[in-house]
Amino acid sequence: MSAAVSEQKDDQAAGRMAKALRESAFAGLVTAGLSFPILALRAEPDIRNQLQLQPRWSWLVTAVLLVASARFLALMLDTVRARALAAAGLLLCAFGFGSAWFSPLATASLIGGTILAGLICIGAGFFVDRSHIRKSGPGLLARFAASPAGQTLTSSGAWVGIGMLVAFPLVMLGWLGPAGSLKWINNYGVQILIFVMLGWGLNIVVGLAGLLDLGYVAFYAVGAYSYALLATTFGLSFWICLPLAGILAAFWGIMLGFPVLRLRGDYLALVTLAFGEIIYLVLINWVDLTNGEAGISSIPRVTFFGVTFYDEKGGFSDLFGLPYSPIYRTIFLFYLILFLALLTNFATLRLRRLPIGRAWEALREDEIACRSLGINTVNTKLTAFALGAMFGGFAGSFFAVRQGFVSPNSFTFIESATILSIVVLGGMGSQIGVALAAVVMIGGTELLRELDFLKQLFGQGFDPTQYRMLIFGLAMVVMMIFRPRGFISTRSPSIFLKERKAVSSEFVGQGSG
Amino acid sequence: MRWQTDPLLQVEHLTMRFGGLVAIDDLSFTAGRGDITALIGPNGAGKTTVFNCITGFYKPTEGRLAFARTGIAAPAGVDALTNTGARFAYEPSGDIYLLERMPDFEISAQARVARTFQNIRLFAGMTVLENLVVAQHNPLMQASGWTVMGLLGIGGYARRESEAVDKAKSWLDSIGLLERADDPAGDLPYGDQRRLEIIRAMCTDPVLLCLDEPAAGLNPRETAMLNELLLTIRDEHNTSLLLIEHDMAVVMQISDHVVVIDYGVKISDGTPEFVRNDPKVIAAYLGVSDEEVEQVESEIGADGGAR
Repeated sequence: MSAAVSEQKDDQAAGRMAKALRESAFAGLVTAGLSFPILALRAEPDIRNQLQLQPRWSWLVTAVLLVASARFLALMLDTVRARALAAAGLLLCAFGFGSAWFSPLATASLIGGTILAGLICIGAGFFVDRSHIRKSGPGLLARFAASPAGQTLTSSGAWVGIGMLVAFPLVMLGWLGPAGSLKWINNYGVQILIFVMLGWGLNIVVGLAGLLDLGYVAFYAVGAYSYALLATTFGLSFWICLPLAGILAAFWGIMLGFPVLRLRGDYLALVTLAFGEIIYLVLINWVDLTNGEAGISSIPRVTFFGVTFYDEKGGFSDLFGLPYSPIYRTIFLFYLILFLALLTNFATLRLRRLPIGRAWEALREDEIACRSLGINTVNTKLTAFALGAMFGGFAGSFFAVRQGFVSPNSFTFIESATILSIVVLGGMGSQIGVALAAVVMIGGTELLRELDFLKQLFGQGFDPTQYRMLIFGLAMVVMMIFRPRGFISTRSPSIFLKERKAVSSEFVGQGSG
Repeated sequence: MRWQTDPLLQVEHLTMRFGGLVAIDDLSFTAGRGDITALIGPNGAGKTTVFNCITGFYKPTEGRLAFARTGIAAPAGVDALTNTGARFAYEPSGDIYLLERMPDFEISAQARVARTFQNIRLFAGMTVLENLVVAQHNPLMQASGWTVMGLLGIGGYARRESEAVDKAKSWLDSIGLLERADDPAGDLPYGDQRRLEIIRAMCTDPVLLCLDEPAAGLNPRETAMLNELLLTIRDEHNTSLLLIEHDMAVVMQISDHVVVIDYGVKISDGTPEFVRNDPKVIAAYLGVSDEEVEQVESEIGADGGAR
C-alpha cells in the first residue's frame, strides 16, 4: 500500500520535473528568438566606417540560460520566499560566471565564492519550499500593524520620521563635512522632497478625487515661471512670490478644470496631457515673456530671511561667524522644502477629515450618488484641481529659487509621468505610500550613480545611469504584477466609531474621471 | 384623499423623448404629503425615467414638476412662478420649487428630494459611517466655513461633525447596523446595502424620498424589515415616499396611493384596492390585447365580487 503511494508520489515528482524542463526549454527558445537581433549581433563601424556585424554568442547563451533556469526554478518552487531565494542565488551565480568570463580583474576566489553562494541560495530555496507549512490569514507584518501596539508605533513613527528628516542635514554635515555632505543633502534630500511634495499635491487630484491628470507638471511650471518672472521683473521676495505662485497655479488649475468637467477616463487623461504640452509649448514660443528655450537666468537666490548666502560681508557665513561654504544655502533649502512638503501633507490630512475631502473620495467612488446627495460635483472637482495645482505651484517656485534658472526643458511630459508613477506606485490616496514611492523612484535613480563597482564587471564604458529607464520600467512591471494597487493598497477611513479598520483595496474605487 | 387635498409633488404633462422614442407621454399625477405613493408598471414602462426627471438626472422634454416643500401650493402661485422663469418661490402659503428647472444636486440640497438607485450606489470603499457623513455634506460644508475655517481649526466644525455622527448612529441603530459602522459599505450583505442606501438618503433630511425598487432582490424576511423601515420613515420623520416597486406585497401593504403607468402613459391612479381591481392594470400586467379588455373586465368584475 505504502509502496504504491510512494510510487505515485515519485511519478508526480517526475511528471512535474518533465513539465518544468519542457516549459523552461520553451522559455529559453522564446528568449533566443526575441533577443537574437539585440544580443547576438552587434554592428560596429570598421576602419572604412562601414558597419560590420560582430557575433556575440556568449551574450545570447547567457540570457537564454538565465531565463530558462529562472523559469525552471519558478516551476519547481511553490512559495514566494523560496522563489526569491532562488532568484537571488541565480543572480549570484550569473555574477560569478559573468565575472569569470568578462572581467579581467576577477580573482578565482571571487568567482568560486559567488557561484558557491548562489548554489547554496538555490538549495536553501528548495529547502524552504519543502519545509514550508502553508499558513492562512494575514502575514506577521500585517497582523502587527493591526495590533494596538503596532498602531501606536505607526502613529509615533511619523514623528520619529519627521525628527530624522530634521536631523538629516546636520548629521550628514557632521559626518562627511561641508564638501562631502553636499551631494547627499542636495541630490538625495532636496530632490526627493521636491518629488514627495509634488506627489502629495497630485495625490489630491488623482488619489483622492480620482481624476487622472497627466499634465501636472504644467502647474509646477506655472509656479516656477511665476517666481522667476515676478522676482526678476518686480524684484519681489520669495516669501511674497510663494503665495502668488500658488494662487496663479490654482487659477490655472481651475482653467484646466472647466473644460474637463464632463470628461472621464481616457478623455480626461488626454486633455490633461494636452494641457501640459500647451503650457510647455507656450513657454518655448512666447519668447517676449519667457525668453523661450534659453530660459530665465539670474533669478534671485534664496535668502535667510533677507540674509544672503553669498561669500560677502553681512552674508550668512559672515553673520554667524562660520567659514564660507555653499552648504548652508543647501541646508536652508532642505528645511524650506521640508517645511513646504509637510505643509502639503498637513493640509491634505486635514482636508480628508473635512467635508470637502470626503466629497472628493465619494466622487472617486460614485459621482452619480454624490449628486443625488446634494453635492455640487462641479465645485468639488474644481477645488480638487485648484488645490492640487496650488501645491504644484509652491513646489515650482521652490524649484526656481533653488536652481536660480528655469527653462522649459525642466517641465516636459517625463516629469508628469514620474510624478504620476510616484502616486500610482505609492498607492493612490496614501500619503505615506507616496512618500515611500518618491524615495524609491528618485532615490533609486540617484543611487544608480553610486554603483561604480559595476564598472569592474562590465568595463569602464559602462554607465549604470543609462539603464535608468530600463530599470524603472522593469520595476513598474514587477510592481503592477505583485502589488497592482501600490505599496500601501488599503484605505484608511477618515472617521470611525470604535476602531479605524483599514478598507481593503477590493472595495475602493479608482475613479472613472 | 391627501394627494388631491394636499399635494406635495404635482407632475403635470410630463413628456420625455429620447430622439424618436417617447419614454413618457403626457403623464400627470400627484403625490400627497405624508403618503407612500407607489409608481408601478410593467418592465420598460418608464418608471425610472419619471424618477430621473423628478430628481433632475434628466431634463424633461416637456411638463411641469411643481414641488411644494412646505405649505400648500396654490395653483395661482405655481402659475405665477412658472411665468417668472425662477426656480423657486417662497410664497406665504408655502415654498414652491419647479424641479424641471433645477440641476440634480440642488433638487437634493434645496428642494429636499432624495433618491436611491435601482442598482445600489453606495460608496463601497468608504465605511458605513462615512457614507452617512458624506450624505450630510451641505450642512457640514457650511459648518466648516466652506473648508477655510475648518482647515484653520476655528469655528464649530468639530461639534457639528459629532452631531452628524450622532445622527448617523441613531439611523444605524434603527436598522440594526450600528455594529458594522466601521466596515466598508461594499462588505455588507445585499439586503443591508439596500437599507443603508435608504438611510443614507434619509441623512439629507428629505421632504420627499424617492426609492427605485427598494425590495428588489430581498428575501421575505428582509422585505418585512424594509416595510417596517419605510413606515417608520413616513410616520416618524415626516417624510413622504415615492417608490417604484415590482413586489406587490410591498406595494399593497404599505402604500397609500398607487399610480400605474404603461408605455409612458398613466393607466390607473388611486388607492391600492382601486388599482388592484382596475381591469386596465390587469390587462397591462397580464398582457391582454385591447380587444380582449372588455372580456377580461367582466371576468375580473366577477372575481372582484367574490373577494
